Amino acid sequence: MIDWLMQLDFIGRALLAGLGIAILAGPLGSLMIWRRMAYFGDTLAHSTLLGLSLALMLQINVYFGLFGISLLVASLMALLVRQKWVASDAILGLLSHTMLAIGLITATQVRGVRVDLLGYLYGDILAVNMQDIALIYLIVVVVISALFYLWRWLLAATVDSDLARCEGVPVEFTNWALIIMLAAVFAIAIKLVGVLLITALLIIPAAAARRFARSPETMIIIASIFGCIAVVVGFKASLAWDWPTGPAIVAAAATLFVLGLLRKAV
Amino acid sequence: MPDDKRILVEIKNVGLQLNQRVILEDVDLKIHSGEIISIIGPNGAGKSMLLKVILGLIQPSKGSVTRDAELRVGYMPQKLSVESLMPLTVARFLMLSPGATLEKSRTITAELGIDNYLNSPIQAISGGEFQRVLLARALLNSPNLLVLDEPAQGVDITAQAYLYNIITNMREKLGCAILMVSHDLHLVVAGTDRVVCLNKHICCSGNPATITRHPEFIHLFGSAVADNLAIYTHKHDHRHDLEGNIIHD
Repeated sequence: MIDWLMQLDFIGRALLAGLGIAILAGPLGSLMIWRRMAYFGDTLAHSTLLGLSLALMLQINVYFGLFGISLLVASLMALLVRQKWVASDAILGLLSHTMLAIGLITATQVRGVRVDLLGYLYGDILAVNMQDIALIYLIVVVVISALFYLWRWLLAATVDSDLARCEGVPVEFTNWALIIMLAAVFAIAIKLVGVLLITALLIIPAAAARRFARSPETMIIIASIFGCIAVVVGFKASLAWDWPTGPAIVAAAATLFVLGLLRKAV
Repeated sequence: MPDDKRILVEIKNVGLQLNQRVILEDVDLKIHSGEIISIIGPNGAGKSMLLKVILGLIQPSKGSVTRDAELRVGYMPQKLSVESLMPLTVARFLMLSPGATLEKSRTITAELGIDNYLNSPIQAISGGEFQRVLLARALLNSPNLLVLDEPAQGVDITAQAYLYNIITNMREKLGCAILMVSHDLHLVVAGTDRVVCLNKHICCSGNPATITRHPEFIHLFGSAVADNLAIYTHKHDHRHDLEGNIIHD
C-alpha cells in the first residue's frame, strides 16, 4: 500500500487528493445548503488569503495559517450573525471583503512574503505532495467519524434549532463542531481548488444529488459519489484538453447538476 | 393527577430588552402541572418571546426563571420551514426527536390522523397537516408541559376547531400542562383554565368567565369582542365569585 502510494505520479496524487475532498464535500456541502450557508462558505474562502500570507510571514506551516484564519472568521461569523443590529448577509459581505482586502494588502506589502495569487485563486491540485494527501485523509477520517457520531443532532439542529434545543439536543456544541469541520476542510481544499471554486465544489454535488435522494443520508452519499465522478471527469478533461484542473472539476459537477434537472424528482 | 399543585415553571419579575426595545416587563407567571393556560394579546405584545423565555431559548434581561427538575417540554414553534433542498419525509422529521421510537410515532400519528402522510416529503403537506405533524413531534418528547405557539395558524376554521379539540383532549390523556399563545380568542378561551392577557406586561389574568369582564381586557380587545366572548364562556356548570373563584352549584 505504502509502496503503491509512493510510486504515484503527480496525476495519481492529485486524483487521490481530489477524491478525498469530494468525499468530504458530500455531507458538508449538503449541510451547507440545508442551512443556507453558501455565502458563509464564500466568506470563509475569501478570508484564507490572510491566513496564507500570515503563515508565510511568520514562517509557520501554511495549513496552520489557513486553518487558524478559517476558524477565527467562522467563529466571528457565528457570533456576529446572532446579533440583530445588521442583517446577516450584510455582516457576511462586510467580513468577506474586509478579510480579502487585508489579505491582499498583506500578500503584496509584507517583505519576504510572495504569494502566487493566481494559483491561490484557482488552486493548484497538480502540486499536491504526499504530506498533503496524508493530511487530507486524516481529516477525511476525523470528519466522517465526527459526522457519524453527531449526525442525528446535526440534522435536528439544521431543521429547527429552537425545537432541537427544547428536546435536549446540545445545539451549540453541534454547531461549533460543524464550524470547526468546515474550517478544516476549507483550509486543506483551498490549496487544491482555490478560493473562487471551493464553495462550488462543496455545494454543487450536493445540489445535484437532491433530485436523486429521498432521505438526508442518501443525499450525502449520492453527493459524495457525484463529487468523485466530477473529480475523475474533470481530471480527464483537464489532461485531454489542457484545461485548468480545478475549474474542470467544477464544470463537471455543474454538468451533473444540469443532467439531474432533466430527471423527474424522486 | 397525583400532585396538582406541582409548579413546573415559575418566572418572577421577568424583563426582556432587545436592541434597547422593551419586549417584556415585570412578568410573573406560575405554571402548575395539568393546567391549560392561554396567553392572548395584540401583535408585538411579546407572547412568543415570553414562551421562549419560559423554554430557556432566550435569557431574560432581568428576573428569574425556575424550572422543575422533571420538566419535559413539548414545543410547537410558531414558524418552522424546512429548506426545500433537504429531502425529509414526515416520518423522518418526527424521528428527529430524541424521544421518538417507531412505535410511539405510529401511535401518535394515528391518533392525530396523519399516519397517511408519513412517507410524504414534509414540504409537500398542507398547512393543517403540518400543524398536526408539529404537534406530533412535540408529543413524542413525552412532555409534562406542552408549549404551543399559535397552533392553529394557517389552518381553516373547521380544522381549527378539530385541532383545539385534540389539544384539550391531550390534557385528559397525558395529564400534561398546556401553555399556548393564540389569536383565536373564541376557540381558546372556552377550553382553557386560565387566560393571561399580555401586552409587554401582564394586563390581567384569570379564568375565562371573569376575564372578559376585566376592564383591562375590554380596554385591550374592545367591548364588542369581550361581550361576544362572554357568551361563549358561560356554558359552565359552576359560577364564579367576584375574585373569579369557582363556586360549584
